[in-house]
Amino acid sequence: MKLTLSAGIGILLTAMFVLSAIFAPLIAPYPLDLTVGGVWDAPSAKNWLGTDTIGRDILSRLIYGGQITIFVALASSVIAFSLGSFFGFLAAVRGGWTDQILSRIVDLMMAIPSPIVALVLLSVLPLNLPVLILVIGVLDSTRVFRLARAVSMDIAVMDYVEAAKLRGEGQIWVIFREILPNALSPLVAEFGLRFIFAVLFISTLSFLGLGVQPPLADWGGMVKENKDGLIYGKSAALMPAAAIAALAISVNLVADWVLSRTTSLKGGRGA
Amino acid sequence: MHPILKLVIQRVALGCLLLLAVSAVIFLGVEALPGDTAQAILGQSATPQALENLRQQMGLNEPALVRYFKWLGGVLTGDLGKSLTNGTDIATAIGQRLGNTLFLAVSAAVISVPLALILGLVAARYAGRWPDKLISGITLTTISLPEFVAAYFVIYLLTQVFPVFLPVSMVFPGMSLGAKLHAVALPVIVLVMVVLAHMMRMTRAAILNVMQSAYIETAELKGLTPMQVIWKHAFPNAIAPIVSVVVLNLAYLVVGVVVVEVVFSYNALGQYLVDHVTKRDLPVVQAVGLVFAAVYIGLNIIADVVSIVANPRLRHPK
Amino acid sequence: MPEIEKNLLDIQHLRIEATSYPPGEPPRDVVLVDDVSVSLKPGRVLGLIGESGAGKSTIGLSSMAYARGGARLAGGHIILNGRDIIHLTGGKLRSLRGKEVTYVAQSAAASFNPSKRLMDQVIETTLKNRLMPRPAAEKRARELFRKLGLPNPDSFGERYPHQVSGGQLQRAMTAMALCPKPDLVVFDEPTTALDVTTQIEVLAAIKEAIRDTGVAALYITHDLAVVAQVADDILVLRHGKKVEYGTTDQIINAPKQAYTQALVSVRSIDHEEKAEAPPVLSVAHVTARYNGTNFDVLKNVNVELPAGQTLAVVGESGSGKSTLARAITGLLPPTQGKITFAGRELSPALPGRKRDDLRELQMIYQMADTAMNPRQTVGQIIGRPIEFYFGLKGEAKRVRVQELLDQIEMGKGFADRYPAELSGGQKQRVCIARALAAKPKLIICDEVTSALDPLVADGILKLLLDLQRQENVAYLFITHDLATVRAIADRIAVMYRGQVVRYGSKTDVLTPPFDDYTDLLLSSVPEMRLGWPEEVLEHRKMESAGN
Repeated sequence: MKLTLSAGIGILLTAMFVLSAIFAPLIAPYPLDLTVGGVWDAPSAKNWLGTDTIGRDILSRLIYGGQITIFVALASSVIAFSLGSFFGFLAAVRGGWTDQILSRIVDLMMAIPSPIVALVLLSVLPLNLPVLILVIGVLDSTRVFRLARAVSMDIAVMDYVEAAKLRGEGQIWVIFREILPNALSPLVAEFGLRFIFAVLFISTLSFLGLGVQPPLADWGGMVKENKDGLIYGKSAALMPAAAIAALAISVNLVADWVLSRTTSLKGGRGA
Repeated sequence: MHPILKLVIQRVALGCLLLLAVSAVIFLGVEALPGDTAQAILGQSATPQALENLRQQMGLNEPALVRYFKWLGGVLTGDLGKSLTNGTDIATAIGQRLGNTLFLAVSAAVISVPLALILGLVAARYAGRWPDKLISGITLTTISLPEFVAAYFVIYLLTQVFPVFLPVSMVFPGMSLGAKLHAVALPVIVLVMVVLAHMMRMTRAAILNVMQSAYIETAELKGLTPMQVIWKHAFPNAIAPIVSVVVLNLAYLVVGVVVVEVVFSYNALGQYLVDHVTKRDLPVVQAVGLVFAAVYIGLNIIADVVSIVANPRLRHPK
Repeated sequence: MPEIEKNLLDIQHLRIEATSYPPGEPPRDVVLVDDVSVSLKPGRVLGLIGESGAGKSTIGLSSMAYARGGARLAGGHIILNGRDIIHLTGGKLRSLRGKEVTYVAQSAAASFNPSKRLMDQVIETTLKNRLMPRPAAEKRARELFRKLGLPNPDSFGERYPHQVSGGQLQRAMTAMALCPKPDLVVFDEPTTALDVTTQIEVLAAIKEAIRDTGVAALYITHDLAVVAQVADDILVLRHGKKVEYGTTDQIINAPKQAYTQALVSVRSIDHEEKAEAPPVLSVAHVTARYNGTNFDVLKNVNVELPAGQTLAVVGESGSGKSTLARAITGLLPPTQGKITFAGRELSPALPGRKRDDLRELQMIYQMADTAMNPRQTVGQIIGRPIEFYFGLKGEAKRVRVQELLDQIEMGKGFADRYPAELSGGQKQRVCIARALAAKPKLIICDEVTSALDPLVADGILKLLLDLQRQENVAYLFITHDLATVRAIADRIAVMYRGQVVRYGSKTDVLTPPFDDYTDLLLSSVPEMRLGWPEEVLEHRKMESAGN
């Protein structure tokens, strides 16, 4: 399938974000916590995006912040994805009680908006990266569960799956050879959406002061640090805000493209 | 009994059961997590004796189940306990703030619902043409923004670039409605932005789904005008999906409101919740969490009931 | 004085195009209808016939200046009542639709608005065009309901679509089309979705209504026997082009074109009933129900199938014929009775069966599309049973796959293709090869030809008969189509509401005296003979009066 313009832009930007996160120490002009100028200096040749509330270089903090934001979001969407699709397939293939119990647990978890659940949990749990990743991952896995279950249920009633069962194939073959290859495309597209959701989630938590804690910095936290400047017309808080938006939009563009090329499930060869 | 009434009663009962289960999760689930309330209040340096005294005083040594039922009994009689950090009555505090939150949410809903329906209708009417592409492009962008990011862009634009509003929203008893509305204008704009995109996209999808039905082709082949087709044949069948779209998105408001209140230092329930999560004030968090859950579940019950009532198969059984 | 009657409808050199968007390829224009000309005089009925994709519905709808889903009327003229309507738009177009021309869709169940009463929908255009006041329109609707044989015609209109049956909805839609007294009605496969015993009644009702109201009609169908009953003239279409155009009598009795001849002679396979042989399958006293229900979907079913022969199981939808297949394959373990296969008693449930039982009992499905994993090549699909049952790998497997492909007449180069790259008939052939690969003694064929066009279906049936002779494999052939049964069966079991109501050799089952249901079923099968539906219904009326 041909690459569309919007998908191309999306891939390019996403790649840029990921690369700058990986090579942060090489790219960033200044260390994370070094005060290099005055409070909320305007952008200059020395500090391309200006300085923050205590005079640190915003560009450098953005690059390091991207590392944390992308890492947390990626780790939690991997958890959401593995948990969700494993239990989703299990529920679909086993059916009966397994399905009932898993589905009711997920119903219960989805009965309250997940940010509210996260707030309740984080009022008790210690605020560190593993806890944050786990909380976001587990809460988000409910959506993956529903998708994986629905997709594989649709496939499980197909005649070719019945034909495999009548042939005498085992459950492993049925899951991995008949169901999985056909369920993969919608799930891969979903991964992008889960990743965006996790970016927004961790950013919001950090913004509320309940996410990544100093001295570590992420984009949501940077907005929080610099938000008071807006009242004085200092736009420092808008830089990390724009970074969040740009990352989310570019991943969205890629996900949209993947989704559109997998809509025809009967389409044969596509990955 | 009419089958509709039966289904509605079933649905409401199920919702109540769900709320009960949620209350158990909020209380017992949180209790089961690692973390010591007494330690949280007194800090790391507290002596074992002081901790023990506090536990005794707060009844923390009783089994969790007993405390859950005591708590649940309190909730049902309107007693939500006292805040750990400042000892104030939680029910009173919530009562003072709930009104402000509802004012904000209702204002946002009053603007966004009709707007979303109109835009959704326009996008569906011109599906694939430029008005649709324009609307869809803009909404795809706003969907990608978290509430607080959208909020700061709006603040920067409307207080700095075009200074028409104040960046802080204070409402207090005795303010006139007009003054109140002016005060909440910015947060309402942000909430509308966030909710509108989702609601409009889903409305568009719901209408397009109905417009693809064979009976719409029948109506077109009867020589009806596009408006007659939409009003007489599409609309009656789109009510249920649209209402559920609207309600579902009002539920998004529940989350959006928390963040937006913090952004604008708006003294209401969401701000109250976040403050007390930071202070690790568990009784307050549990109580407010339950209130949000109740609103959310309540909205979902309404959506289900509407779609049951709007279904002709159920309204006119064989 | 013989007055030359003017044409009501004159379609001249009609061309209809659409843009198709194949996934992964640039959009391209396809021609749906190519240079078709046809005319219709007032009060006459023209049948449009062809296989799927022949463009017959597209032409029918063009007489309302309507093109479905992205198609466009690209060229030619459509003269209706003396004016060209092909470029009509806006109010002029709307006053034509629903007043001069009306439409009866294939699926009335989907074509009625579910949330409005039938009466309001039936008289909608009559009121819109101010043809008569509401009470008069309702009175006319009730008369039409009565004429079309709907139950309780006076209160029928008060019901909602979901409250009446499919056959009744189809009649109601006919009433809706006739209510505004149009000049032309387009019938788009109005009886295709119905069971055969309902079809005959609806067909007779439509025919009578057309005759009584004197309306002109375009009658679209894929079934020659059906169109023969209602049409004065017939236009045969293929791939959007005209094949042959003539009177009904000429098309049925003296078709000129080879394609029309093939359509008329379809299902003329000669099949000699085979002599008795020991059974490969015997089903004894089998009763079954679905989990969590208290209703038996199979009731005390007894049938036997001799080795190398074909048992046809016939019945309408809901008769339990597919359930019988599920019971035999072990997907729905019977609650009572036993199934003996190749001399061994089969374990009721699938997990308890031995590998040889599974191998020797294969299945072919109605929808070849969903019966093949879209992510596997033809080679993988056919190769898997070879590897699974016989352990053949590599070159040996490849050779065997090619052997099977040759057997289903598909030749080289197909092993690397994906199912999406095959035509409907080729897909079904691959499914046959997959079943054959296991070297089975019995293949269950579940409506294997009903999703296919008649000529393609014919090819599949001939292939199946050839393979039966070569491999001595037995078929349990499930179908609702009695023409198919006549073509291939050695034995027949007629099923009705979960029971076998008639069972025996083909000759015995198809020779009178019949039981009531078999009589109903057999007499409902469309025949080319003119006046067949009236004759049958008249006969039925006399019988029921006699009782």
